[in-house]
Formats: sequence, C-alpha cells, structure tokens
Amino acid sequence: MSAEPTKAPSVTPVALSEPHLQPLAKHPERVQILAGLAMFVGTLGFLGFGIVYWVSDQTQWEAATFGFGMLLLGAGVIAWGKYLMAQGPFVEERHDFHSTEAERAAMTVAITERGGLEIQRRKVLGGLFVLGSTVMGIVLLFPLIRSLGPKPGNVLFETNWRKGSQLVALDGRVITVDDLDVGGVLTVFPQGFVGSSPDQTILIRLAQLPAGAAFPLQSPGRPEWTTAGYVAYSKMCTHLGCPVGLYQEQTQQLVCPCHQSIFNVKAGAVPEFGPAPRPLPQLPIYADANGNLRASDGYNQAVGPGFWERP
Amino acid sequence: MIDASLRWVDDRLGVAKGGRTFLDKIFPDHWSFMLGEIALYSFVVLLGTGVFLSLYYVPSAHEIVYHGSYLPLRGQKVSEAYASSVGLSFDVKSGLLMRQAHHWAADIFLGSIAVHMARVFFTGAFRKPRELNWIVGVTMLILGIVNGFLGYSLPDDLVSGTGIRIAFSIVESIPLVGSYLGFFLFGGNYPGSGIILERFFLLHILIVPALIVGLLGAHLGLLVKQKHTQFPGKGKTEHNVVGSPMFPTFMAKTNGFLFMTVGVIFLLGGFAQINPIWQFGQYEPYQISYAVQPDWYMGWLDGALRIMPSWEWVGWGHTIPLEVFLPAVIFPGIIFNIFIVWPFLEAKRTKDRAYHNLLDRPRDRPKRTGAGAMMLMLLFMVFCASSTDVLANFFHIKLNYVLWFFRIAVIVIPIITYFITYQICQEMRHAEGVGKRKRPNVVFRSDDGEYSTVATEPRPGDGHEELDAIPVPTYIDLTPPELATGAGVRRVMR
Repeated sequence: MSAEPTKAPSVTPVALSEPHLQPLAKHPERVQILAGLAMFVGTLGFLGFGIVYWVSDQTQWEAATFGFGMLLLGAGVIAWGKYLMAQGPFVEERHDFHSTEAERAAMTVAITERGGLEIQRRKVLGGLFVLGSTVMGIVLLFPLIRSLGPKPGNVLFETNWRKGSQLVALDGRVITVDDLDVGGVLTVFPQGFVGSSPDQTILIRLAQLPAGAAFPLQSPGRPEWTTAGYVAYSKMCTHLGCPVGLYQEQTQQLVCPCHQSIFNVKAGAVPEFGPAPRPLPQLPIYADANGNLRASDGYNQAVGPGFWERP
Repeated sequence: MIDASLRWVDDRLGVAKGGRTFLDKIFPDHWSFMLGEIALYSFVVLLGTGVFLSLYYVPSAHEIVYHGSYLPLRGQKVSEAYASSVGLSFDVKSGLLMRQAHHWAADIFLGSIAVHMARVFFTGAFRKPRELNWIVGVTMLILGIVNGFLGYSLPDDLVSGTGIRIAFSIVESIPLVGSYLGFFLFGGNYPGSGIILERFFLLHILIVPALIVGLLGAHLGLLVKQKHTQFPGKGKTEHNVVGSPMFPTFMAKTNGFLFMTVGVIFLLGGFAQINPIWQFGQYEPYQISYAVQPDWYMGWLDGALRIMPSWEWVGWGHTIPLEVFLPAVIFPGIIFNIFIVWPFLEAKRTKDRAYHNLLDRPRDRPKRTGAGAMMLMLLFMVFCASSTDVLANFFHIKLNYVLWFFRIAVIVIPIITYFITYQICQEMRHAEGVGKRKRPNVVFRSDDGEYSTVATEPRPGDGHEELDAIPVPTYIDLTPPELATGAGVRRVMR
C-alpha cells in the first residue's frame, strides 16, 4: 500500500436535479409499475418452467414458460434502462489511434536496424533458422494431412460388379426376370455388397421381352447390355453423386431429386436437363439359365461425379 | 464492500482507471446497432444449448438396433449418431426444446450476421479505421456457415447425409487435388471409413467454435478500442461519441436484449418444429428424399449448383467438373473475396483516406448502395433458385422454364436492381424532408383567388429537442434537492 493518501479527483458533483440525470419517461412511476409487473410475471414464468420440467416435461409448455419468462424479464430491464435511467445524452471524446511520427520511426528502427543488424552480422544463422523452420513446417504437414486417409489410387474407378455378379435387392433376395412388371424399378447391388454406395444400381423394366432379347436402346445406350426388357444404370448421379431415385414411367426419365438432373432411360440415360454432365453408366446384364439376372461385366467407366483423374 | 474488493483487485492489477473508462464508455443509441447484438446473443444460446446436446450425442456411424421411445423406429437398424439424436429429442428431458432452440439459434445467428453486415456496409461503417474489423466479421460469417453445415450433418438423418454426399463430391471436383482431399477428409472413398461424423463433431464443437470465440473477442476488442460509429446529428462529430454510458444504462438495455433474444429463440424452439429427423429416417447412401432443401444459409450455394449449365471440361486425359467446381467453389470464393476487399476497393476508387466515425445515410452514397443492393439481389436470386422444383410444382410450370428463368434472372435482375436503387437514392437525396415525419399543409385562397400553401407547426412531441450532450459525471450529489442545505453533502461514485 502506498503511504500517500489517495487524493480523490476534485470534480464538482453534478446535482441530482441536472436534466441529463432525469429519466426519459414522462411518468416514471407508471413505467416503474409496468416494468416491475413484467419482471414479476417473468419470474413466475421461470417458476412455471421449473414445475413443468418436473411434472410433465412437455416441450411447448417448457418453451412457453421459459421463453415468456425471458421475454418479460428482458422487457422489464430494457424499460428500466431506456425510460428510467439517466436520459443523457452523454458524450465522450475520441482520441487518435495513430502514434506520433517519432514513435513510428522508433518502432521501424527497432525492427530494421536493431534486428536487421543482428541478421546482417550472422547471415548464415538467419538463413539456417529460416531453413529449419520451413522444413519443420513442411514435415509437420505430412502427419497432419497424410495420416487422415488413404490415397485414392484406382478406387474411384472400381465397383464390386464383376462378370457374373448376381443382382440382389436390398433384402439380399436374388432378382429373376419375373420380378418386375413393365414400368417397375428396383435398387440392386452385386451379391455380397448390399448397401454399398458406389455399387448402387437402378434396374428398370422397360418392356415384356423374352430372356436374351435386346431392348432397342438408343445411342449411347447399348441394346446388347439389356435383357428381357430390363436395363440397369448406376444410381449415382453424375452431377454430385445423389441417388437418382425418381423414375417417371410416363416419360421414361430418371430424375435426381437433389438438383433436378433428368436422364433419358431409353437413350442410355443421357442427361436431357439440368446440371449433370454425363449419362449414367450402364451395367451390362443378362439372364442365366435359371432366369436370374447377372452382370455380364463391371461398369466400363467410373461411376458418380467427375474428378480430375477421370479420363 | 465494493470499495474493499475493488481496493484488493486494484492493488494487484491496477484496474480502477481503465475500468472506470470502460464503465463510462459511450454507446450511441440507434436500433440498427442492435443487429450485431442479436448475433452475439444467439451465439451465447448456441454455446449453451450446444454443451447440453454434446452430453448426449454419440458421433458414431456404428450400426445398432433402435430401442428408444419413438415407436415407428423400434427394432430398426440405425447408426448410433442417429439413435442418439432421436434419443436426445425424445428420451432426454427438455432435450427436444434444447435441440430445436440450438437449430433456430444457428439460423438466427447467421441471419443476424447477414443483416448486421448489410447495416455496416450500407452506412459505410467499414471505412477507415475499421477495415480490419470488417474482415474479422466476414471471417466469422464464413466460419458460421461452415459450422452450421457441420452441425446440420451430425444427426446422420437422410436429409443431412445427402448433404455430406454432396460435400464430398464438391471436394472431389477440385482440379488436381480433389480426390486426394476427399479421401483424406473422409478416410476413403465416400462414405469413407465411418470416421466422418467423428471428424465433423470435433470440428463442430471444438475447433470452429474456438476460432469463432477468438475472432469474436477480436471483433469486440476492436470495437471498444476504436469506439462506435454514429449517425450524424446534434452535437455529433467525427471526434466524439454521443449516447448512453456502458454502466448502468447500456448494460441494462443490452442485458434485457440478451434475455429477449433468448426468449424468442426458445419460443421458436418449442413451438416451431425444425428439422424433424425422426420423420426423415436414417441416412443410407442409396436412399433419397424429395424436395429437400438445406438450411437457409446454404441455399445460395445449392441454387448456384442447380442453375449451372452442365459444362464438364474433358481433355488431355483429365476431367474438370466445371458444373460443380464453378458454382460451389469458385462462386463463393469470389463472393467472399469481394466482401473482404471492398473497403480497400472503395477507398482506392474514391481516393478517400480519411478517418470516418460518422456514418453515411445510404441514399447519400447511391453507387455503394446500388452495389450492395445488387449483391443482395444476386444472393437472393440464387437462394430462390435452390427451390426450382418446389416453385415448378407450386405454380404448375415446367421445371425447364423455372430453370431458364433463374439462369437469366440471376444476371439481369441484379443489374436492374443496381440502376433502380441508384435512381431511388438520387431522388431521395434531392427531396426535402424525406424520412422526417410528415406535416400537414394548409392551403389558403386569398380574396383575389390566389392560392398559397403553408406548412403547419410541428405537433407537440414532434420537435423533441434533445439536450446538449455532457460528459458522464464523475460524482453525483445524491442529496435530494429539498434537503440540500449546503453542509454534509454526500458524494457517491457513479
């Protein structure tokens, strides 16, 4: 503690009757009653919240009690501040932020000359420090980024569809040529990979044809990749990878619900509208001797949206 | 009591002088200065409700069988993340209220930031010396949008999962490094190694909020250091601030406003259903719902993706999915960069290097106001474009027409908006008494048949004369005037 007694600043006190200290309200007593009432009812609201929580935990009652409690208590405090406290207005001077020219010069000199001198005298050390820090920064990026996940490699070009893969439904049931009526649609996977995102394929029956008969798909569709009136396309949109889940039977179009790309099913799923740039890849299928649908090969290109490595 | 504790603290930290200055800090009164406060207070709600939610949410894609109290889901295989999100809505007391309040607070947080930013822009509050704070604010807006998306993704419901899928594809679209970035972020090809929810959770509840809290500190610190701007008016100059002191007047008003903001958010949280994840069901990468829209602050990006033509670039053995990369990476990049460089562009163009503490009225800066209106209109048009399918259904118009309307409208309507805004500003600038309360005119007819118009006197109350501002008094003489006899005056520190 300082031995000297603290001297209070000698400022003339402002009288309580000074107009700036008067409330803004014309009738402060009335405002006080209203604000007090709001705060009191608000407090009741909080009490109500406490009771509702223990008694019923009903969401709307909790929101009503707590929300109106906050609104009313807040309104009361605002009324107090706005209408009952010293109305002002009060003023405060601004001060320039910037330093004097001499202070600026001193700061610059401290950096360029005091610091610069040491670097000029020991250029090698300075260089080594920069080099060391840079190398440290770069090698630290390795674990930070590289540990996160595997390199893409060929993964984006691969699916689990192979020559002879059986088409199965979501419940694992093997699909036969009799399973869908004309106009029917089904999401299928290669057997053993149900639910796998890149493998999702949409199977559509366009016509009632005998097994082995090709449906006359227009280019770029491949009629020889259809069987018994069935055609199969990748269900991953070539725009952003959403499942192309809407099939309009009347127009024979597949619609992506995300960004409304529309694909013409009878013409190799070529995009007719919207932002999708490429047709949905077609899966070659055939019916085996038992009438089960199988892939005669995998997809001949990467499924889903575009990426740099895609040729 | 106060005196003794203050002495104790001041002996150790020396807070009295600076603290007193802080208590005397003047806040100008204007309704538009509350917009930033709404953002601040909804952020407080986000932190509070967020802590509550994080106690119950499980960031795991691990599949379990649902056994909670929501009957339609019983016995279904769901992820732990989805089960815990439904569980904290139905099986944790007050959980639904907290979750919905959290979601509403996020929407209000970003909405109030947008409106606050528009206020700062149109009044020129970003000018020297406040360019840095403008950049801090824009950065918080970006982080807020990112964190909103991360949080929206956590429940692992069908709608949010589709959003994550789209995010992966957008990352994938970046030339050269896209597929590497996507694989690193997701731990493999989509849907990854099941780690994405844990990573999003960590980002959502720790890393991004920590960045926002840090920037918020900087935002408010700069505000205190540089002091508020104010509109021109009686006694207001470039060298002072006129208004109410921090303590107690501003403190009372702003605290009340905090309570009211919280109140509104919780009322919405209880009465306005938002994101009913139990209706959407568990996300599966091969399932999709119809008429799905993201939260409003992502709408402009979704809209840009929808109306972009399918311009994929293919050549030299490589593909650049411009139909994704341009609207989802380059477009927001350009927008945010325009925001950041605007203060410097404007200063360069107007050659205005002076300090500005008095705000502009928007009409007095027709070009800036026009540019701002143009930007808002552009963002609004791409936002509307995110509901092309809903609009087509609602108005029974072909989707093609809606799409083409927006492709043209996003370019034409903002340009028209600029010129209309510019014209309105010009006319308002030159009209007298715009914005003031209207006074009736009395028309007289003289005996010679000559007409003359005289404006009536202001009505009582219209011409409220504000007092001249005085500095905050150090001491107030608390003796009631009728008792003041000269001797024994009580002096109490304000």
